[in-house]
Amino acid sequence: MAARKSTAKSAAKPNVSAEELLGYYRDMLLIRRFEEKAGQLYGMGLIGGFCHLYIGQEAVVVGLEAATKEGDKRITSYRDHGHMLACGMDPNGVMAELTGREGGYSKGKGGSMHMFSKEKHFYGGHGIVAAQVPLGAGLAFSDKYKGNDNVTFTYFGDGAANQGQVYETFNMAAIWELPVIFVIENNQYAMGTSQARSTSTPDIYTRGEAFGIPGETVDGMDVLAVKAASEKAVAHCRAGKGPYILEVKTYRYRGHSMSDPAKYRTREEVQKMREERDAIENVRQLLLTGKHATEDDLKAIDKEIKTVVNASAEFAKESPEPALEELWTDIYA
Amino acid sequence: MATEILMPALSPTMEEGTLAKWLVKEGDTVSSGDILAEIETDKATMEFEAVDEGVMGKILIEEGTEGVKVNTAIAVLLDEGEDASAIPAAAAAPAAEAAAEAPAPAAVAAPAAAAAPVASVNLEPDYPEGTAMKTQTVREALRDGMAEEMRRDEEVYLMGEEVAEYQGAYKISQGMLDEFGSKRVIDTPITEHGFAGIAVGAAFGGLKPIVEFMTFNFAMQAIDQIINSAAKTLYMSGGQMGAPMVFRGPNGAAARVGAQHSQDYAAWYAQIPGLKVVMPYSAADYKGLMKTAIRDPNPVIFLENEILYGRSGEVPDLEDFTIPFGKARVWREGSDVTIVSFGIGMQYALEAADKLAEDGISAEVIDLRTLRPIDYDTVLASVMKTNRCVTVEEGFPVCSIGNHISSQIMMKAFDYLDAPVINCAGKDVPMPYAANLEKHALVTTDEVVAAVKEVTYR
Repeated sequence: MAARKSTAKSAAKPNVSAEELLGYYRDMLLIRRFEEKAGQLYGMGLIGGFCHLYIGQEAVVVGLEAATKEGDKRITSYRDHGHMLACGMDPNGVMAELTGREGGYSKGKGGSMHMFSKEKHFYGGHGIVAAQVPLGAGLAFSDKYKGNDNVTFTYFGDGAANQGQVYETFNMAAIWELPVIFVIENNQYAMGTSQARSTSTPDIYTRGEAFGIPGETVDGMDVLAVKAASEKAVAHCRAGKGPYILEVKTYRYRGHSMSDPAKYRTREEVQKMREERDAIENVRQLLLTGKHATEDDLKAIDKEIKTVVNASAEFAKESPEPALEELWTDIYA
Repeated sequence: MATEILMPALSPTMEEGTLAKWLVKEGDTVSSGDILAEIETDKATMEFEAVDEGVMGKILIEEGTEGVKVNTAIAVLLDEGEDASAIPAAAAAPAAEAAAEAPAPAAVAAPAAAAAPVASVNLEPDYPEGTAMKTQTVREALRDGMAEEMRRDEEVYLMGEEVAEYQGAYKISQGMLDEFGSKRVIDTPITEHGFAGIAVGAAFGGLKPIVEFMTFNFAMQAIDQIINSAAKTLYMSGGQMGAPMVFRGPNGAAARVGAQHSQDYAAWYAQIPGLKVVMPYSAADYKGLMKTAIRDPNPVIFLENEILYGRSGEVPDLEDFTIPFGKARVWREGSDVTIVSFGIGMQYALEAADKLAEDGISAEVIDLRTLRPIDYDTVLASVMKTNRCVTVEEGFPVCSIGNHISSQIMMKAFDYLDAPVINCAGKDVPMPYAANLEKHALVTTDEVVAAVKEVTYR
C-alpha cells in the first residue's frame, strides 16, 4: 500500500517488442508534428482562442495508452491534443475542431479545450483546472457499477494537483475502490508558477498516501518506463484493488499556451531538456542502436507522418464552418 | 416545585411531532442529560434529554401519540421529596386534551398550511378524470417518484450526504436503502464539489444519477460541475455525450436558518442553457415531475422546499404518473389579474387570490412548475385575458424569474397590458435570523394583495 519510487528502468529490462517500439515512435512523432502544425496554424490565425501544446510530453500518453484495452476510458484537461491522437482519434477531426470547422469532433463547437469521442472513450478535454478529476472517478464509478473491468485514466497536471476537488476525489475513489488511475502529468510549471513555488510536496504522488492510495513516480521522458508503470497500475485497478496514482515527471517545451512568452524559465533549461532528455530522440536511439530500424526506416516514418499531419491541416482548412443552425443544436438531448 | 416538560422543537421547521417512546416512567429519578423520550420529528427520530433534575411525577402524553404540538406539556417533573399532589391540576387537563385531539398526519410546517387550498382548477388535467387519488405528503410523493423510477431502470441511483443509512437528512429517501441496497443508495462524504463531479462523470459513463444536496445552498460548492460539466458537455461534444441526471434538494428559505441556508436559486439555474429547472408546489407535481426529471436525458435541477415537505396533497393513484416539463398549471381561473408564481411562492399567490376574492377581485393563478422550459404561452394567454399581471417568488428581486416573465409580457403582450407588471419577490437583503426580520425579508401575502390592488387600480 505504501507509495514508493519506481525503480523501473526501461533500458535495463526491455518490456517491449521492436514492433511496439516502432509504434511508440510513430505515435509520439505524430503528436509532435501535429502540435507543431497546430502552432503554425495558430500563428496564421486559423486557430483561435487558447491552444495548449503537448510538445515534450508525448511519452506520457503514448506510454500509458500502451497498457489499455478496448473499453478503457480516458479524460484530461485542456492540454488534450496528444491524448486524443494517442487513443486513436482521427487527426483530421482533431485539427478541424481546432480550426472550428464542421468536420471537427465537436462540429466546431468545442474547440481545442473541449473535444470528445464517444467511440474512442475519450471524455474530454476540460477547460476548468481539475474538474476532470472527479469526472474521471465518476466514469470509473460507472464501470464498477456495471460490473466490468474497465479502467479510467484520469490525467491532470501538477497545477491541478493543488485543487481541493482532487482530494475530495481521492477520498471517495479510495473508500469506494474505484478503478481509476490518477495520472499526474508533472511538467513542473502550473502556467508560469514552478512546482517549487506552488506545491508543498516535491513528489505529488505521496499525497495519495494520506488516502491509502498507492502510487509512484515515473520518468515521463522514457516511454518504456511509462508503459511499465501503466501496466502495473492497470493490473492493480483491473484486479479491483481501487485507485492508483502515477506521477509522471515530464516537461513541456512550449509555453503554457500559445500566448505564453515563458519568461519564468531560462532558454537554457528548455534547451537542456530537449537535448538530453527528449523522449522521441531516446526511442530513436534505442531503435537504431538495437538495430530494430535503419535511418531510412525512420525517415520513411517521418515522411508518412508529415503526410498525415499535412492532410489534417488541409482538411481543417477546407472543412466548412458549421452551419448557423448548429448554434441551436445539441443544447438538449 | 413541579416543572412542566414541554414538547421540544427539534428541527427548524418542526411544529409538531410524535412522542414515540418514553424511556422513563413515573417515579423515576431523572438527572440532567438523561434521555427522557424518543420524539419523531418530520425528519428523524430524536432522543430528548432532561435539562432539570428531579423525579418524573406524571407523564401527560402517552407514548405513540402523534401530532403533539411543540410546547405542549408532555410530563411534569417533581423536585426530590415532592409528591404527586404538587402537580398543578391545570397541567394535566390541557395536555390530555392535546393528546385526544392529536390530529392525523395533517399538514404541518408552515404557518399557512391550514389555508393552503387543495382544490385546483386545471384547464388541461395531468391525469384522466375520475382517477383515484391518495393523500400523501410532498416527502412521500418525492420518495415514491424516485423509488418507482429506480424499480423501472437499473441505471438510476441515488447519492448524497445521509441519503442511505440515516434515511435522508429530511427523510426523503426513507426506506430506499432497504429496498435498493448500498450499491444504488449511496452515502457520500461531505464533499459537494467532489461528489457532484463524480456523479456527472458517472452520467457521462451511462448511468442516471440522482444527486441529493442536503440543501441547494451547499450546491454552490458544486456549481462548477453542475454548469461547466453537466450543462455544457452535450453542446461542447457536438451532441456525442451529455449528463442525464437529476440534482435535487431543498431550496430557498426554511425557517430561521439565516443567510447562508436560506437562498432561492431558481433564477440562477434557470439562466443556464443545457439545464432543465423544476420547482414544484403540490405533492402531485412533486411526484409527476420527479419521474419526468429522472427520465429526462438532460441534467435537471429539481428545487424542493423544506417547508413543503410535510404538506399533504392529493396525488393520483396511478401506476405511472408523469407530468411533462414546460406545462404550467392554472390553479384558479380569474378575469381581473394574472398571478404567476412557482414553488412555495404559490402559497402566497393562492392566499392572496382568496383574500382578493373577498374584495370582488378575480385572480387567475398560474403555477409555472418548470422554469426551464417556461410555459410562456399559458402566461401570455392569461395576461391577454386579464390585462394585468403580478409575479410572486421568494428569491432575490434583481434578475429574478419575475423580471424575466415581465420582459416577455412586455415584448409579446404589450398592447394588452392595462398596468405595469409588478414583481413581488424576496427583499434585496441577505436573510436575517431574527424572526420578525425574516418574515419581512420574505414575500408576503399582503404584499401580493397590495400589488394586485395596485395593478387593478383599486
